Amino acid sequence: MTITAKRPGATLRDSGRGLVERVARVRELGIVVALAVLFGVTGAVNPEFLGLDSLRDILLNSAIIAMLAVGQTLVVITRNVDLSVSSVVGLSAFGGALVLADNPGLPIVVVIAGCVLLGAACGAINGLLVGAAKVPALVATLGTLYAFRGIDYAWAGGRQVNAADMPDSFLSLGSRPVLGVPLLALAAIAVLLAVGWMLRNLRSGRELYAIGSNPAAAVLAGIPVRKRVITAFVASGALAGLAGAMWAARFGTVDAAAATGKELDVIAAVVVGGVAIFGGSGTVYGAALGALLLTGISSALAVLRVDALAQTAINGALIIAAIVLDRLLALRVAAALRRRRYRDAR
Amino acid sequence: MADSPPPVLALREVSKSFGAVRALREVSLSLIAGEALALAGENGAGKSTLVKILSGVHRPDAGRLLLDGEPVEFHGPADAQAAGVAVIYQEPTLFPDLTVAENIFMGRQPRGRLGRIDRRAMRAQAAALFTRLGVPLDPEQPARGLSIADQQLVEIAKALSRDARVLIMDEPTAALSGNEVTRLFGVARSLREQGCAVLFISHRLDEIFDLCQRVTTLRDGGHVADDRIADIIPDDLVRRMVGRELGALFPKQDAVPGEVALQVRRLTREGVFTDVSFEVRRGEIVALAGLVGAGRSEVARAVFGVDRWDAGSVQVGGRALRPGSPAASMALGLALVPEDRRQQGLVMELSIERNIALAGLAEVRHGPLISRAAERVRAADWAQRLQLRHRSLADAVDVLSGGNQQKVVLAKWLARQPSVLIVDEPTRGIDVATKAEVHRLLSELAVGGIAVLMISSELPEVLGMADRVLVMREGRLVAEIPRGTATEETVMAAATGIGGGGA
Ligand SMILES: Nc1ncnc2c1ncn2[C@@H]1O[C@H](COP(=O)(O)OP(=O)(O)OP(=O)(O)O)[C@@H](O)[C@H]1O
Ligand SMILES: [Mg+2]
Repeated sequence: MTITAKRPGATLRDSGRGLVERVARVRELGIVVALAVLFGVTGAVNPEFLGLDSLRDILLNSAIIAMLAVGQTLVVITRNVDLSVSSVVGLSAFGGALVLADNPGLPIVVVIAGCVLLGAACGAINGLLVGAAKVPALVATLGTLYAFRGIDYAWAGGRQVNAADMPDSFLSLGSRPVLGVPLLALAAIAVLLAVGWMLRNLRSGRELYAIGSNPAAAVLAGIPVRKRVITAFVASGALAGLAGAMWAARFGTVDAAAATGKELDVIAAVVVGGVAIFGGSGTVYGAALGALLLTGISSALAVLRVDALAQTAINGALIIAAIVLDRLLALRVAAALRRRRYRDAR
Repeated sequence: MADSPPPVLALREVSKSFGAVRALREVSLSLIAGEALALAGENGAGKSTLVKILSGVHRPDAGRLLLDGEPVEFHGPADAQAAGVAVIYQEPTLFPDLTVAENIFMGRQPRGRLGRIDRRAMRAQAAALFTRLGVPLDPEQPARGLSIADQQLVEIAKALSRDARVLIMDEPTAALSGNEVTRLFGVARSLREQGCAVLFISHRLDEIFDLCQRVTTLRDGGHVADDRIADIIPDDLVRRMVGRELGALFPKQDAVPGEVALQVRRLTREGVFTDVSFEVRRGEIVALAGLVGAGRSEVARAVFGVDRWDAGSVQVGGRALRPGSPAASMALGLALVPEDRRQQGLVMELSIERNIALAGLAEVRHGPLISRAAERVRAADWAQRLQLRHRSLADAVDVLSGGNQQKVVLAKWLARQPSVLIVDEPTRGIDVATKAEVHRLLSELAVGGIAVLMISSELPEVLGMADRVLVMREGRLVAEIPRGTATEETVMAAATGIGGGGA
């Protein structure tokens, strides 16, 4: 017997797939459109906003958040969250700056590598708490958010490292452009592309999605869940460590409170970027675009001379708007796909 | 069997307990290359637990696991997979966010250079598997939103793709209709002939007799019997499972149809079903038959209000229903027992009694508060009527066996005493004895004046229970066959559209 309920022809499969793919891209395209609107409107009111300096500033400002958002995405995809990133950034920024100030002769590469390792170690603690000790990620990383910051404060003991204490070669990393693009932004883009490629093309990358999509099924499929979750946290920590070094280079003056509260900006960027907070879907490209959009909004509100107190509220409103839009879009697409299948079936 | 080679995989006096529940007691079983073994037993007998021990999910408390005659220990599913064991679990275990192809090959995706996943090869291999199974699934479709039957088919494709030495299937056919089952068995037979050992679980006895050579029976976690299929008849097997004689399996009582209780006119949901019209009278049991994917469950969901419809109307007791409002349907006395018990039927973390009370909170209420006592009485009553095998009504439904979970879903809706009852695969995963009980209940309800619309992929159930059989094909209602002329042939002909084309 070869009877089946429906027999879709090649046309149905291809058109269906084409649409799905287009829509998948549209998810990120939505943010691109939002960015275009933002820059268009703000630029119309104040052309300076589109000036080279201003654009470079926005890129520079979003580079660090984007880097963190990439790491955060790795964790969120597995249905976890890393709240401790801001503390890791603070610890690494202060630690790196202090070591540089105390040992001016140390090669910069070594210091940056140290920052990354420090971050990875922090990430490993998170990963072990969540992956091995089975502490819920929200609780575990809330704990380490305070713990790492506490270590930072204890280490600093009220001290502050100033730009004058650090070698110029290091500080110049924070502002030097290469071919007109700030180096920090290039670093973020490189990390973004590398992680994006791995998530899409490697088995381990797909397994992160599987874990977040259905944790119980991931175990049954023989996926090394614990190892993958720990790796995601370590990667997030390492990127936060790198972001810490970038922070020190960019701002020059670092104390123990550096980057306090940034974890919420990072999570906002991830969510606005279309990464499902319950795991299983979303891309790092979306998250990075989300970071760019949120930074752009802040800059635009400043340029438009919106009251600083109102800015936070407007920021929040825009985040909610972005998420509602995303949800509506998803529903629309589901309906469109259904109609299309119907037309093809006739 | 003295000089035969050792079994590929075997259990020797294995025991397993969950707290106070002794799920398995000193059970032995052998899987032999080139042979299909059936595992029979009532709901909660321990079949799925045994499967999970063979697949490395659970570790036995006592006893040994033998691979090719040598003792082994599986520390997790990955170990069993490495040993060549492929499993179709009773409950689908898909990743809703990923495509069907990725679901099939997760962790084993074909790779090209740099370890890069070769998506084209993956898609082609998935498509080839579906062709082999004869099902029109798109490998690039996301797994979210697949019907239970389609999920089951993806699970089957996943297991087949492993080229396993041991293929374990825990109720793979529970949601499938005859056609898909035939296909599956064809594939399973050819695997067996190539030397694969097969373990098959089903509550449909004819399937066991069709596919298997031997059968091992469990009762209450204990080993009851090993038989060669050729030596026994289905009644023997039932006796071994239940431990007593069983009466007629379909005790259908005749009822006089009353006024129209549910009327569906020209109902259409674009892309899903088209122009569906029928009515169900009080006292009637109407079956909705058809192949998997014909749109039966979708009609039920739309009638109940879970999904919206694009055109047409639904009336319950003469009053029109608003589209897309389950609460309004429930207020008019409509009840739906959904096909997907885990996703749509139950709140897995909640207790048995709370789940049973959920659809009728108004009836277990004291002012604004829920009365625990009323909840418990309601649950205890139904647990007994459906022979629910459980430790305590306060346990989470999560720990129940598959068939017992199904009973809880049934209890939840039957307890509401609806005027129109829609049941979607009501006996999916339910054992023979209780199935008879469920059929008796449905029949009794109909006699009591309830209109029943029953979706079922199991033809004997359809033929045994229904006063009328509606047949759907490709989203349309293609035939209405009265009880008198409904036979396996007429229903299948209408469902497949070949050979006569129905009434
Ligand atoms: N994780 C668990 N925790 C507690 N009890 C469990 C657990 N898993 C199974 N049980 C209990 O073990 C017994 C056997 O369950 P099992 O799922 O093996 O039955 P089954 O034979 O597969 O039944 P069915 O035909 O309904 O699928 C049941 O009483 C069940 O409630
Ligand atoms: Mg079972």
